[in-house]
Amino acid sequence: MGLIREEDAVEIRQRLKEMVNPVKLVHFTQELNLEYGRETQQLLQEVAELSEKLSLEIHNFLLDKEKVAEYGIDKVPATVVRDGQDHGIRFYGIPAGYEFSTLLDAILAVSLGDSGLEEENREKLKQITSPLHLEVFVTPT
Amino acid sequence: MRLAQRFALENELIRADCIESTEFPELAGKYRVYAVPKTVINGAASIEGALPEGFFLDKVLAAVEPPTQTETT
Repeated sequence: MGLIREEDAVEIRQRLKEMVNPVKLVHFTQELNLEYGRETQQLLQEVAELSEKLSLEIHNFLLDKEKVAEYGIDKVPATVVRDGQDHGIRFYGIPAGYEFSTLLDAILAVSLGDSGLEEENREKLKQITSPLHLEVFVTPT
Repeated sequence: MRLAQRFALENELIRADCIESTEFPELAGKYRVYAVPKTVINGAASIEGALPEGFFLDKVLAAVEPPTQTETT
């Protein structure tokens, strides 16, 4: 049985039609000791099927050390949302509930290459010259 | 979370992680996450709650920028 309901799939497919450039979801899983690990992977597989412009790459956290290092992954399940370039966008844990729509939002923003932010704020962000790490804690509601 | 990841799109130096607290209780505990959303900035300062774009950005910037330099005359 799918995690995404049929009627939701129709809606998501419609939303993803706005995509311009291809987006890749790079997923890291460990499958051990993780309540949601397998479910996260299944959810991503189902999402990836909803647009031709969306693809999914799966890596093992314990075995694919090179990729783990490349993306700086320190915990799993982890999912990177990227296009030709890594923009530093990661989801740790299952992007379900409210965060599912955040995932779709990330996919679309990356695909459009547009943050959708106010011009004034874009200017402020461009002036940041040292690494900035934002960790946003959420719960699956 | 949407804002953090949108910020990341604007500058390569910005990383935005969306962390599901219940799956990473140790990390959530370390950062004393009692309510969500909670945004931790460079592992130190934090912002609680969802704020409008401009306010959120200003708080982030205030947390990372060194105190205003004393003006030289």
